[in-house]
Amino acid sequence: MTTSEQAQKPTLVGVPELAQDMHHTNKLWVDAWKRLIRNRAAVVGLVIVILSVLIAIFAPYIAPNDYREQVLTNNNSAPRWVIDLFPNMKAKDEEGGWVTVSEDYILGADNLGRDLLSRIIYGSRVSLSVAFVGPMVSLAVGLILGLVSGYAGGRVDNLIMRLVDIMYAFPTILLVILLMAYFRATFNASDQGTFAYRLNQIDSRFGGMLFIFIGIGLTSWMNTARLARGQVLSIRQREYIEAATSVGASDFTIIFRHILPNILGPIVVAETLTIPTYISFEAFLSFIGLGVNPPTPSWGSMIADGAGAISSYPHQAIFPSMALFLIMFAFNFLGDGLRDALDPHMSRT
Amino acid sequence: MYQFFVRRILWMGLVMVMVSIITFLLMHQVPGGPFDREKALPERIQKNLEKKYHLDDPLLKQYLDYMYYAFIPRVTTGEWKPLPENDHLINLKLPIGDNAYIRWMNFGPSIKSASRTVNDIFRDNFPVSAKLGGAAVAIACLIGMPLGTLAAIRKNTIFDYLGMGIAVLGVSLPIVTLGPLLRYIVGVELGLLPPTGWGTLEQMIMPSFTLGFASSALIARLTRASLLQVLDEDYIRTARAKGLREQLVITRHAMKNAMIPVVTVLGPLIAALITGTFVTEIVFGIPGMGKYFVTSIGGRDYPVIMGTILIYAFFLVFANFIVDIVYAWLDPRIRLS
Repeated sequence: MTTSEQAQKPTLVGVPELAQDMHHTNKLWVDAWKRLIRNRAAVVGLVIVILSVLIAIFAPYIAPNDYREQVLTNNNSAPRWVIDLFPNMKAKDEEGGWVTVSEDYILGADNLGRDLLSRIIYGSRVSLSVAFVGPMVSLAVGLILGLVSGYAGGRVDNLIMRLVDIMYAFPTILLVILLMAYFRATFNASDQGTFAYRLNQIDSRFGGMLFIFIGIGLTSWMNTARLARGQVLSIRQREYIEAATSVGASDFTIIFRHILPNILGPIVVAETLTIPTYISFEAFLSFIGLGVNPPTPSWGSMIADGAGAISSYPHQAIFPSMALFLIMFAFNFLGDGLRDALDPHMSRT
Repeated sequence: MYQFFVRRILWMGLVMVMVSIITFLLMHQVPGGPFDREKALPERIQKNLEKKYHLDDPLLKQYLDYMYYAFIPRVTTGEWKPLPENDHLINLKLPIGDNAYIRWMNFGPSIKSASRTVNDIFRDNFPVSAKLGGAAVAIACLIGMPLGTLAAIRKNTIFDYLGMGIAVLGVSLPIVTLGPLLRYIVGVELGLLPPTGWGTLEQMIMPSFTLGFASSALIARLTRASLLQVLDEDYIRTARAKGLREQLVITRHAMKNAMIPVVTVLGPLIAALITGTFVTEIVFGIPGMGKYFVTSIGGRDYPVIMGTILIYAFFLVFANFIVDIVYAWLDPRIRLS
């Protein structure tokens, strides 16, 4: 896109390159933004994402109850409207019914008598953290390896790419499960004062999310690395890199000043498109019990808890499922919209 | 072509060895062992148990022993006791008398259950998972490809919008969500299909669909995108210009090239499906391999961890191999290079 737009515009002789470049970049983003807000589905996605971020940030003020608070008399209870919503649920006062009716909680309670709505609201914190940190970790690892691989070439390139191949063949999910078990057991047993101990403190402070980030990051950088390498290889051929080399710029300068800014765009878009996979990955980990530590609520673990009793108390699994679905839907729409907005050539596909 | 095969197979072997080394090191690095109890076992019993399962050997010896028994075939003669440690997956009788057999693939005992071996788990539970995964791949292709093709040839019509709507729905519904949802609506509320269990055809429909739906959505989007691109090419215009029926243009000329990008994602997709079987099995109560995988790591059941990871890795690598072959068949440029 950069080249085609540059070709349309006559080059201004004498204008400092930086100023022209900034103008160019601004126009690019303004255009992209215009295209994005014309895309109705993407706007809906964006609104949902912003709302969820706000909900996650202000969870303590929005949630009607504490997500840890157990009211045992409210075990598995549901308000009247929820019981009416699911035709299969029968209230205790009907014949053969089993559901305790309680209007205390808007969406009812889970099997330990905790407010479902509050847990869903707090659960958004986990999903959204993973949605934002997951791609960052993968970006950090993948970008560095991809840059080095593409720039250095030769042996180093070969080594890194073979590593990528092996990682592709490795069943990532199995590796993450092993890694999670490893982190949990090793760091829990570490001595006070060590780095591992510090990590474990941070992890338990965030309800077990740190290790999820590390686990996901260590296993999802391969695509980014490949993409970054390909981009570097194509950029390295350009004249301006040759020019920079000829005036004696160091490798560091060339990579970070000349190559990185030019390849970041497509890579960030590609990362945006993977956000839903990170969200579902966290839900998966929490579902099989290797995600966040209880009582920190995560939609995945809430679905797992509810799925066992889905015939009797469907609301416990269905409501968190809907939340997960909504956020995935929003990120998918937003990601597609962003890709179309930043890369109009792709918009047909 | 011959060289290509040999190189790919050697590469498969190398990957499997790497996977086994990483898994072995990682699982032995995790603190704790298979004999940890609430109340610790007396030291002598613990020692004896470790001796029985050769856990007191140096790690390198343990690893080499494991690989030897698992992957090097050996010939045995004479009486053969059906003990757990003698359980091989493949036993071929040799015609040279005296009960001579080629025995291959002994993946060891399950430390957590005295009578079952890892091979028993493979024999009893793996076919279930494989069947589920295979059905899901079939569903993904059978829904995804026609949907994407229809959306592409009827571009910007109701078919296109509907098809792509379904596709977005599919990628936004992870198995963790779709499984319980389907089980409740179709299984419990409507009572159309049995909500749990495995064995009959009716019991297979819902889990396979749950597992395959997200992938079918991905395939549909890719098929549409790539078919649209191909339909713009000159050779399609030529085919149309010489008066070929549209149907033939699509099936004979466009489809083969349009499938190339679709085939490239089939590898990672099959990987996603294989791992997806865990959740599907839990949600629908299917007696597959998934539960062994998760419980074996928790219980530090080393042979089971190794066995399950290796068999999943093998099928993953094998699926990628098949994908490569199909890819080479579809795209002459790759075949020739």
